[in-house]
Amino acid sequence: MSQAVVDRLNAQFGERVLETSDAFGDHEVRVALKDWAELAQFTKDDADLQMDHFIDLTAVDYPERESARFDLVLMTRSSVTGARIRLRTHVKDGEEPGTLSGIWSGANWAEREVWDMFGIRFNGHPDMRRILLYEEFVGHPLRKDYPIDKAQPLVPYRDVDTIDKLPPFGIEEGQPFARIDWESRLAGADSQVSPALGVQQGQRRTLSDSEAAQQIQARIEAQMAKRAEAAQASEETSEEGSEE
Amino acid sequence: MEPADDLLNEMAALEISADPMRLNMGPSHPAMHGTIRMVIDLDGETLINLDVQPGYLHRGFEKSCERGTWSQVFPYADRLNYVSPMLNNVGWALAVEKLLRIEVPERCQYYRVILGELARIADHFTCNGASAMELGAFTPFLWLLKVRDWVWDILERETGARMTHSFGRIGGMAAPPTATFKDDVLRLIPEVHKVVKETEIMLLRNRIFLDRMQGVGVLTKEQALSYGVTGPMARSTGIPYDVRKDHPYLVYDRFDFDVPVGEDGDNWDRFMVRLEEIRQSVRIIEQAIEQMPDDGPINVDDPRVIFPEKSDVYTTIEATIAHFKLVMEGLRTPKGEVYSFTEGGNGELGFHIVSDGSGTPYRVRVRPPCWYNLAASREMLLGGMIADIIPTFGSVNMIGGECDR
Amino acid sequence: MGQLKVIDGGGEVAVTTRLSDLLQWARKWSLFQYPFVTACCGMEFMATAAPRYDIARFGAEAPRFSPRQSDVLWVVGTISQRQGPAVRRIWEQMADPKWVIAFGTCASCGGFYDNYTTIPGVDKVIPVDVYIPGCPPRPEAVLDALMLLQDKIQANDRKPVVVPPRLVPERAPGRTGEGDS
Repeated sequence: MSQAVVDRLNAQFGERVLETSDAFGDHEVRVALKDWAELAQFTKDDADLQMDHFIDLTAVDYPERESARFDLVLMTRSSVTGARIRLRTHVKDGEEPGTLSGIWSGANWAEREVWDMFGIRFNGHPDMRRILLYEEFVGHPLRKDYPIDKAQPLVPYRDVDTIDKLPPFGIEEGQPFARIDWESRLAGADSQVSPALGVQQGQRRTLSDSEAAQQIQARIEAQMAKRAEAAQASEETSEEGSEE
Repeated sequence: MEPADDLLNEMAALEISADPMRLNMGPSHPAMHGTIRMVIDLDGETLINLDVQPGYLHRGFEKSCERGTWSQVFPYADRLNYVSPMLNNVGWALAVEKLLRIEVPERCQYYRVILGELARIADHFTCNGASAMELGAFTPFLWLLKVRDWVWDILERETGARMTHSFGRIGGMAAPPTATFKDDVLRLIPEVHKVVKETEIMLLRNRIFLDRMQGVGVLTKEQALSYGVTGPMARSTGIPYDVRKDHPYLVYDRFDFDVPVGEDGDNWDRFMVRLEEIRQSVRIIEQAIEQMPDDGPINVDDPRVIFPEKSDVYTTIEATIAHFKLVMEGLRTPKGEVYSFTEGGNGELGFHIVSDGSGTPYRVRVRPPCWYNLAASREMLLGGMIADIIPTFGSVNMIGGECDR
Repeated sequence: MGQLKVIDGGGEVAVTTRLSDLLQWARKWSLFQYPFVTACCGMEFMATAAPRYDIARFGAEAPRFSPRQSDVLWVVGTISQRQGPAVRRIWEQMADPKWVIAFGTCASCGGFYDNYTTIPGVDKVIPVDVYIPGCPPRPEAVLDALMLLQDKIQANDRKPVVVPPRLVPERAPGRTGEGDS
C-alpha cells in the first residue's frame, strides 16, 4: 500500500475523493459511485500511478446501514512501482456501478462473482451471468439476510424411508451449529456476541427451534415408532414360537 | 481427365457442413484435476470459442466463516488450497494477527516458514507430477508422489495430520517443533533434490513432452497483469512478482533466494518455474533451519489471544475463565478492515477481513490466486487445439477448493 | 468363497463351487473404478494409488473414465448442489452390478460444510455401499474400505457399512518423545 497513490488521487480529484484512510497500513480511498469507473481508469492510465495489476474486487454487505447497503472494494497494484491501493464506494441495493472489465480483464469474473453472491449488477458488463452458483438459484447467498442453511437442490433427494439401502447413521446425528439470526439482529435484538453466547442469552435461535429441525424431529419420532412397532411384532412372533 | 482430379472437382462441388461443433468437457473429466466445466466450440480440432464455468466445488467458505469464531476458520482455510494447507493456515493466522497488531515470536516465524515451504514443495510436486501424468508420463508422477509422502510424514509428525493440519493458531502454532524436527527435514532435503533431478532426466529431453509443452498455452505479460495473475503463472510470463520478495512477511527478508522467472509464459515455462521453485524452497528451508532458535516461546505472551496451559485450566479459576471465554466468545478483535496477503502455492493468497469488534468475523473474503489464474486460461486456450486443453489446464493448476471456495 | 468342495483323484485336484460364488469371486478381484474426484480427498486418493499404498494389490487399480465400463463409483470429496445432477447421471449410466463408495466425510454426510451449497452426503442422491469417515481418510482406511467392499461382494450383501476405526497405538505417528521425560 502506498501513501503516494492517495496523495496523487487527492491532488487530481480534490473533493471528489470522499474519504481516505490508512488503518492497519492499508491505504484506501473512498469515492462516490458516479466516479467509480472514472477513478479506476485514472489509476491505471496515469503515468505516476500505473496500477496495472488487478488484485481483487469484492463487496461487503451492511444491511443495517441506511445510506447504502453495500461496500464495493477494489484492490490494485502497480507492477512498476509496487504500490498498492484500495478503492471503495458505497452502492445502494439496486444501483448499478459501471463495469471495470474493460480496464482490467480480471474484473470480468470478479464482477460476475459479486453479482452472484451479492446481487449487485454492473452496468455495461459483457456477460452478467452467475458464476459460482447455478442459474436456477434464487437469491444471493452472501447477503446477510440469506439463511446459511437454505439449500436449493437441483436433484430431489432420495426418500430414504422407502429404499432398502438406508444410510447407517441416523438423521439425528451430526452437529447443530448455532446460527446468526439476521432478522432479530436487524430488529436490534442481536449484538452478535458469539453464536454460542447468543443462544445462552436468548438472542439467537438454535437449529432446534427452526422448522427444518421440527420436521427432522417428527421424522425421527416416526422412525422410532416404526422401530418400536417392528420390535414389538418380532417379540410377539418369537413368543408365539416359544409357545409352540 | 485423371480419376483423382475428377474426385477433387467433385469434392469442391460438394457442400460440406462447416458448422462449429459444440462439446462439453466436465464437470467430471478424467484428465482434469479439479472439477470444472468447459463448453467449447470446435472447428475441426481448433478451439474457436470457449466458456470456462467454474463453481462446481463452491462450498460456501465465506458464508461459513461468518458463523464461527476467528479460530474456527482454520479448518475451512485448510481446505482452500488442499494441496498446500499449511500455507493457508499461515496466511489466515497472519491476517488476524495483522488485525490484532501482534507479532509472533521469532522461533514461531521460522517454524511457519519451514512448514510452509515444505507444503509448497508438496504442492509443486503434485502439480508437476499430475501435469506430466496427464500427458502420459506416469513414472515421474509416481516418483514425485513417493517423495511427497515423505514430506507429508514430516508434516504428520509435527502436526498430527497428513494433509489438513489445522495447525496454525492466532498468535502462534498449536505446538512447538518436535525434538527431531530439524533432523527430519535435513534428511529429507537430499531426497527432494534427487527426485527433482530424476524428473528432469525423465521429462526434459522427452520429445513428446517438449512438443506438448513448448509454445502451448502462451500468456503474455500484459494479459497476465490485466487478469490479475500471480504466482508461478505470472512469473512464467516474466513478471518477477513474488510476495515473499516484494512484500516480505514473517522472516523471508533474512533469506537469500532467487525468484525464477520465465520468458514465454507457455506451459513449459510454468513447469520449469515450479521445478525451480522447489529448489529455491529447499534453499530457504536450509537457511531457516540454520537460523531457527532451538529454544524460546512459540506463542505470543498474550492471554487475550492464546489459550492458557491445560494444567492451569484444571487447577486455577483464572485460567478456567480465560479458557471458557476464548472458547465460547472467541477472541475479540478491534473493529476494522484489513487485507493481508501471502505467497500461496498458486500465487498471492489474500485475506480481506472485516471485523465489527466481536468474536465472529463480519466478512471474510479470500482472494484466491487460482480464480484469476483460471480466468486467464480462456486467452491461453483460444485458437489452440482441443488436446492442448489438458497440459495447459494442468499447468494452470486450478485447485477447486480455492478457486470456487 | 462360499461352498468349496475339493475332489482329489489320480494326482489331479479339482475344486467345485457354486457358479454364483465363482462369479462374485471374479468380480471382487477385478473392480474397475470410476473416480469421481472433486475435492481435497483426491489428494489422498492419489496417495492410495501411489507406490506406498498401492491399490493395485487389490485388483482395483484400473481407473475407467467411462461409467459404462466401471463397477465401483468412488465419490471422492464434497458434492455441491450444482454437482448433484452430474453425479446422479454418472451413477445412472453405470451398468449393474455397481457399487458406490463415499470417500471422506463430505461425501458421507456433508461434513462441516453445513450450508446452502453442499449436499449433506452423496447418499441423498445415490445409494452408497461403503462410507469412509475421515477428513480426508488415511490411505489405510481407504484400503480397509476396499477390502470391506470385496467381502460384501463375495457375501452378496447390499447393506451399507461404515469403515470401522482401527487403533494401532504403538504405530501411531506423531509427537512421540514429548511428555516422556
